Amino acid sequence: MAETSLTTPTATAVLDAGREARAQMKSKSNAARAWRRFRQNRLALAGLVIVVLMAIMALGAPLISQYITHVSLSKQSLLAKYAPAGTKGSAGSVYYFGTDELGRDIFTRIAYGAQVSLGVALLAATVAVTVGTVVGAVAAYYGGWVDAVLMRFVDVMLCIPSLVLLILVGALVHVGPQILALIIALLGWFGLSRLIRAEILSVRKREYVEAARVIGARDRIIIFRHILPNVTHIIIIFATGAIPTFILEEAALSFLGLGIQPPTPSWGNMLTNALAALYQSPGVAFYPGFFIAITVLALIVVGNALRDALDPRLTK
Amino acid sequence: MGGYIVRRLLQVPGLLLGITLVIFALIHLTPGSPVDDLRLDPNIKPADLESLKETLGINKPLPEQYVTWIGQLAHGNFGISLRNYRPIRQTLTERVGNTLVLTVIALIISLLIAVPVGVLSALRRNSIFDYTATFLSTIGQAVPGFWLGLLLILFFSVQLQKWGLPWLPSGGVQSLPRGGGFADRVTHLIMPMAVLAFPRISLWVRYIRGQMLEVLTQDYVRTARAKGVSEGVVIFRHAFRNASLPLITLIGLGLPGLVAGAVIVETIFSWPGTGSYFVDAARNRDYPVVMAAALFFAVVTILSNLLADIFYGVADPRVQYS
Repeated sequence: MAETSLTTPTATAVLDAGREARAQMKSKSNAARAWRRFRQNRLALAGLVIVVLMAIMALGAPLISQYITHVSLSKQSLLAKYAPAGTKGSAGSVYYFGTDELGRDIFTRIAYGAQVSLGVALLAATVAVTVGTVVGAVAAYYGGWVDAVLMRFVDVMLCIPSLVLLILVGALVHVGPQILALIIALLGWFGLSRLIRAEILSVRKREYVEAARVIGARDRIIIFRHILPNVTHIIIIFATGAIPTFILEEAALSFLGLGIQPPTPSWGNMLTNALAALYQSPGVAFYPGFFIAITVLALIVVGNALRDALDPRLTK
Repeated sequence: MGGYIVRRLLQVPGLLLGITLVIFALIHLTPGSPVDDLRLDPNIKPADLESLKETLGINKPLPEQYVTWIGQLAHGNFGISLRNYRPIRQTLTERVGNTLVLTVIALIISLLIAVPVGVLSALRRNSIFDYTATFLSTIGQAVPGFWLGLLLILFFSVQLQKWGLPWLPSGGVQSLPRGGGFADRVTHLIMPMAVLAFPRISLWVRYIRGQMLEVLTQDYVRTARAKGVSEGVVIFRHAFRNASLPLITLIGLGLPGLVAGAVIVETIFSWPGTGSYFVDAARNRDYPVVMAAALFFAVVTILSNLLADIFYGVADPRVQYS
C-alpha cells in the first residue's frame, strides 16, 4: 500500500511528461510530414492556389468593383442588358463577363457572390462540424437513452436526402446568408455525428485508454489527449468534404429560387434566369457556373490530397 | 439472413413515423401559415380566411393535425394541393412514371459506362486512359448538375439550332403537337439522362477502380494466374466478381442521390416528374404537396437502403448478420 502510494504519482508524472514530450514531437512531425506529402501533389497545389484566389476575390470584391470593373454592385441598366463580354460601358467601366438580364455587370456580381457562396459554405461547415462532433461525443459518452434518442434521430434524418430537406425549408422561409448557412449546417451534420460516435466508442475500449485510466489519468486528459486526437482526422476529412458539398447545396437551392434571394448575388441565384437568356446571352449561364465548378473542383482536389497526406498508412 | 431481413423490415415503420414527425415539425414550427399569402388580397374577408382554415383543418391544435395527417396517409390519402385543388396522390401517380423512366435509365447507363471504364482504369493503371478517366470523374463530382444542364441546352439545343444542324429538344418528355414516338422520346431523354448519370458515373468509376486494384493483389488472383487460368477469366471470374460486391451497396446508396438529382434535372428540363412537382410546390408554398413529395423521397431512400443491404447479403455469403 505504502509502496503504491509512493511510486504511482512518480510513475504517472514520468509517464505523463514523457508522453507529453512525445506527443508534441509527434504532432509537429505529423503536420510537417503531411505538408511534405501534400506539397508533392502538384494538382493539389494548383487547387490550393485557386482556392486562395477565390478567397481573395471574395474579400476584395469592393476593390474589384471600384478599381477593375468600375461598376458598383447595385448598378443596373436595361439599356445595357445582355452586353457581350468585354463591352465598355460609361465612365470607364468594362463588362469583362458581359451583363445579365437587368444590365448588371456579371463579373462584379460574381466577386460579391463569392462572399455569399464561400461565406455560407464556410460558416455552415464550421457549425456542422461543431454540432456533429458534440452530438457524436455526447451520444458516445453518455450512452443509454441519450445515445438511443440522438442516434435514432440521426437515422431518421439520414433517410431524407439533404437537398429535399433544404427545399422543404426553403419553401417556408426566405432568409439571409447567415441564417441560410445555419439551416444548411443544421441539416448537414448527421453523417459526421455517426462517424464520431463510432470512433469514440471504439477508441474508448482501446488498451492505451484503459492504461491511462488505470494509472489514474484524469477524465480531461483522457478525453483531450487520448480520445479527441483520434477523431481529428474524421473532422478534417468531413470539413474538407463539407465545404464543396455545401457550396453545391447553396448553389442548387439558390438556383431554384429557394435560397439566397435577389438582389443579393450568389453564384447559384445568378443562374436562376439564365435558362431564359441562353439564346441572347450564353455568358449569363456560363460564368457563374464556371466559378462554382472550378472552386468546388479545387476544394475536392485539395481535400483528397489532404486526406492522403494525413493518412499515416499511405507512406510513399 | 432471414432473421436479419425481418429485423431490418421491422425498423421501417419506426423510420417512417420519425420522418413524418420531422417533416410535420419542419413545416409547422416555422412561422407563417399556408393562408398568409391570401391576407394580402383585399377581396378576402377575415371570416373567409377562418372558414378556409377550418376546411383545411389548420385551425386545430398541432398534435390533432398531425394525427389526422398520419391517419390520412395510412389510407393512402396525401391530401389536396392548395394551388389546383387536385388530389396529390393522383398527380404523384401520374408523374412517378416519368421520374422512374428517367432515373432507371440513368442508372443503367451509368453502370454500363462506369463498370468497363473503372475496370479498364484499374488494369491500365497510370496509363493515359486511367488519368483521363480519373480526371473526368473528379470533374463529374464538382460540376453542379443545373449548370451542366444549362451548358448542354446551350450547345445541343441553342447552338446546333443556330448552326442549322439537327438539335436536341431542351425540355419535356415529348414534342407537343404530335410527338410521342420512340425516337422522339429518346431525343428528349438524352440530355436529362446525361446530367443525371454524369456524377454517378464519376463516383462509381473511382470505386470500381479502387476495388479492382485491391482485389487484383489478392492471393486467389495470383493463384489463378499461377495455375495458368487465362487473363480474361482471371479478370472477370476471379477479380471483377469480388470487386463488384460493394457496387451493390453503392447503387443502393446512390439511388437517393439520383432521386435528389432528379429534383434539379426535372426542373431544368421541364420534365413532368415528381421532382419538378416538388420544386414547383415549394416555389408556390403548396404545403401539402411539399410534405407529400418529401415523404415520397424519404420512402424511396429507405427502400433503396433496405434493398442494398439485403442484396449485399444475398450476393456475398461471407456477410454474416448478427
